[in-house]
Amino acid sequence: MKFGVVIFPGSNCDQDAYFAVRDVLKQPVEYIWHQETDLKGFDCIILPGGFSYGDYLRTGAVAKFSPVMNAVQEHAANGGRLIGICNGFQILCESGLLPGALIPNNGLRFICKYVNLRVANNRTGFTNMCAEGQVLNIPIAHHGGNYYADPNTLKRIEDNNQVILRYCDESGNVTPEANPNGSLNNIAGIINESGNVAGMMPHPERAVEPILGSDDGRLIMQSIVESMA
Amino acid sequence: MSITNTDPIEPSVYREMGLNDEEYKKVTEVLGRHPTYTEIGMYAVMWSEHCGYKYSRPILRYFSKYKEAIDGEGLENAGIIDIGDGLGVCFKIESHNHPSAVEPFQGAATGVGGILRDIFTMGARPVACLNSLRFGSLDDARTRYLFEHVVGGIAFYGNCVGVPTVGGEVYFEDCYAGNPLLNAMAVGIMKHDDVAYARAEGVGNPVLLVGSRTGRDGIHGATFASVELTEESESRKSNVQMGDPFTEKLLIEATLEALKTGYVTGIQDMGAAGITCSTCETSAKAGTGMKIDVRKVPLRETGMTPYEIMLSESQERMLAIVEKGHESDVAAVFKKWGLHAVVVGEVTDDGLVHVYDGDELVAQVPAKSLADDAPTYQLKTEEPAYLNDVQNYDLSSMPEPEDYTQALFKLIGSPSISSKEWVYQQYDHMVQTNTAILPGSDAAVIRIRETKKGIAVTTDCNGRYVYLDPYAGAQIAVAEAARNLACSGARPIGATDCLNFGNPEKPEAFWQFERAVKGVADACDFFGAPIVSGNVSFYNETPEMAIYPTPVIGLLGLLDDVEKRCTSHFKNQGDFIVLISGAPADDDRGAGVCEPESLGGSEYLNTIHGLAVGCPPMLDMEREKKVHEVVLQAIDKELLSSAHDCADGGLAVTLAESCIIGKVGADVSLLANCSASAALFAESQSRIVVSLPVDKLGALREIVEKIGVESTVLGKVGGDALKIKVNDVAVIDANVSKMESCWRTVIGNKMEA
Repeated sequence: MKFGVVIFPGSNCDQDAYFAVRDVLKQPVEYIWHQETDLKGFDCIILPGGFSYGDYLRTGAVAKFSPVMNAVQEHAANGGRLIGICNGFQILCESGLLPGALIPNNGLRFICKYVNLRVANNRTGFTNMCAEGQVLNIPIAHHGGNYYADPNTLKRIEDNNQVILRYCDESGNVTPEANPNGSLNNIAGIINESGNVAGMMPHPERAVEPILGSDDGRLIMQSIVESMA
Repeated sequence: MSITNTDPIEPSVYREMGLNDEEYKKVTEVLGRHPTYTEIGMYAVMWSEHCGYKYSRPILRYFSKYKEAIDGEGLENAGIIDIGDGLGVCFKIESHNHPSAVEPFQGAATGVGGILRDIFTMGARPVACLNSLRFGSLDDARTRYLFEHVVGGIAFYGNCVGVPTVGGEVYFEDCYAGNPLLNAMAVGIMKHDDVAYARAEGVGNPVLLVGSRTGRDGIHGATFASVELTEESESRKSNVQMGDPFTEKLLIEATLEALKTGYVTGIQDMGAAGITCSTCETSAKAGTGMKIDVRKVPLRETGMTPYEIMLSESQERMLAIVEKGHESDVAAVFKKWGLHAVVVGEVTDDGLVHVYDGDELVAQVPAKSLADDAPTYQLKTEEPAYLNDVQNYDLSSMPEPEDYTQALFKLIGSPSISSKEWVYQQYDHMVQTNTAILPGSDAAVIRIRETKKGIAVTTDCNGRYVYLDPYAGAQIAVAEAARNLACSGARPIGATDCLNFGNPEKPEAFWQFERAVKGVADACDFFGAPIVSGNVSFYNETPEMAIYPTPVIGLLGLLDDVEKRCTSHFKNQGDFIVLISGAPADDDRGAGVCEPESLGGSEYLNTIHGLAVGCPPMLDMEREKKVHEVVLQAIDKELLSSAHDCADGGLAVTLAESCIIGKVGADVSLLANCSASAALFAESQSRIVVSLPVDKLGALREIVEKIGVESTVLGKVGGDALKIKVNDVAVIDANVSKMESCWRTVIGNKMEA
């Protein structure tokens, strides 16, 4: 299966995602320039982390108008696999491809650290290699990762099991203390209703080799490959 | 065309710009006439201490590589260190102290931006940033404001450009209250074949200005850096530049891509003194000249004069000299990344920088006179009067603490020693996915992709030691940095320094400078890590006080096998704890700790007694190096579970840190012919605490004996408390999770208060 990593001006985790797919998953992967309008031939598109267009306005607010996003919308509408990581998640919410919004962390500061994530739903194309309730150790690095949705939307995504990852403590308890940024229901990652689009604030591509401190992120990325095999 | 019939410049005008009457006279001699207003502005910035090193240059000759370069082919690319596999590392540290004192957020942000441009302009991809910070006490509201925004500015810029900020240091001392220090360091990796040169080669080649538009920000920033901070400094906020990290990120990618076209013959970033500096330096280096038209420069504001355009320090700009006929190929790369790339002039053969405003010639000066011929001064030095008092302070009557455990808690809860996670968690320290040792250990380690290697980086300087004895203190700064690298498994291969001092025109401050530079130079040569780049920052004082002399050392080390890297925390219950020390074998004073004098300069005296007195601990560099060698060989043979250097707070704090981060206790027994406070808290040099499984002890002992240092088994890892006996008397019993909450939260709590 072929992966594509989109480069927006200001993306800075594009190489990390590319290396993770090429060197760790050992899958074919290509970069996609933000002015590309045709995504045929790609099975899974990754919107990487970074500060697309500087994000001086609102995170992802400019990126959603970039030429490649029409093709990304089309790819998703045709059932293609799509994952947004960090800034990519913010762009997916801005574009309406995922419900809710990511607002500034409640401490109003950037946070970079390893966090624990509880797998809330393992029957998805992004978590099938994990056990339900498994605790993953994967880093976050963001200023605006505070997941928000209106009460109706929140109820809907919870009822549909669209939440795939929640911030938790070492033992898997979903507690306020384990919530690094104020996200509602400790939400760290979600999928869309049809299950082909995912967004997550933590960086699985940063946790794919023991030398980096953890390789739990492989489970997320390998799940994509497994479910499409 | 040439300039004639110029009127004399009013003395008040050039003095305001920072030139004295003598220097003005020299300008008129160089030009054979009076300068134009634009020209005098150009001389004023290029001949400022910040750009021209007019006071420091004679002293910097202590640095062996600098002297070699100045006497030989020039400074360029002297900073590239070969690490094998066809790769080179370049790195540099630079101050942005004064901007950060008046406008902390932008001052810090542009400090990061400037040092990154120094790296990628050489053709290297930036792989790591570090920063060394000094502030006053966090109990002061103004300090908290400065600290919050300096850290915020570094995070804003560094996180956006996608270069991990992997390490550094933060100290809090009253002497930095009015004049905080922000020293930013960047490290880049390149293939040797990809090195770019800052030379304007090829007469007739077009000169391109690329990156951001030019505005009025930062005019005379370099001159501003060359005076003391006063009340009036607040009004100089307009001297501070504004940073745009998004544009910088594009500029990194575009520059590295443009260099790959092969059509860029020379490139230089624009930092201090903007277009003036980059035009005159690139032509002076190549022995050429340059003609530019300021009207072609893309501007951010209307009505800018040639003077303003030449002196603007607007950020995220570069000057590129391109092979004639290929300007559009190069411009296309920048345009792809959404950046300006405009031809503003061409290389000439006459050694002059000609500045036109449309058809009008507004400046015409010899490039070399600006770039290389700043007047230098041999300033007076005088040993400061305070030294005698502080060094001879009677420490013999110092009372022992009533409760040693409480004293330990006070130390680990002091902001200078406590965890810096409040700082480094605001920095993206993992992007690029090469950070093999995260912040919080002795040195950060970055793996080099497609090799087995890694590089280790650290910054160090205990300013109090340098204040108490500039020569010895400076040597210790280097020794401690090398010790940090050794604990990570890396051998030092190169150094950069940021020399933060007071007003050099005061003989006592200049004496400190001279002694400290000599100390840094001697130690760096000894440890095989010559200074290859750096920066001098003078005038770090306010009317109330000067800072401690603070020569910050950025040290780079190499690991042949990054998989063998070592970290500082205890890992396994039952591991033996061993102190490797440089104390001579016939020294009967015990485990590397000795008489009360060695509490001199310690964090213990500072925190518990409020004293900055005594002599810094003695350093014997031969023994220091042997201790490093033992630890490096032990790490290479994979004997060690952990290695942590003894520094601020002494042996007790070293042990506490290894426990806290490892979330495990330790049982330790010390024998010492000195007071318990000295045994626990003296900062004797050349000591490293390691832990290892019992079956590896023999192998470690062999290395210790072969190299000839002391090793003492102190105790074992285990339990949930750090327990220390001195001469069989239990003095410390500290619960690890209590220590952790004290150590981890102190800065955050003060900032939220």
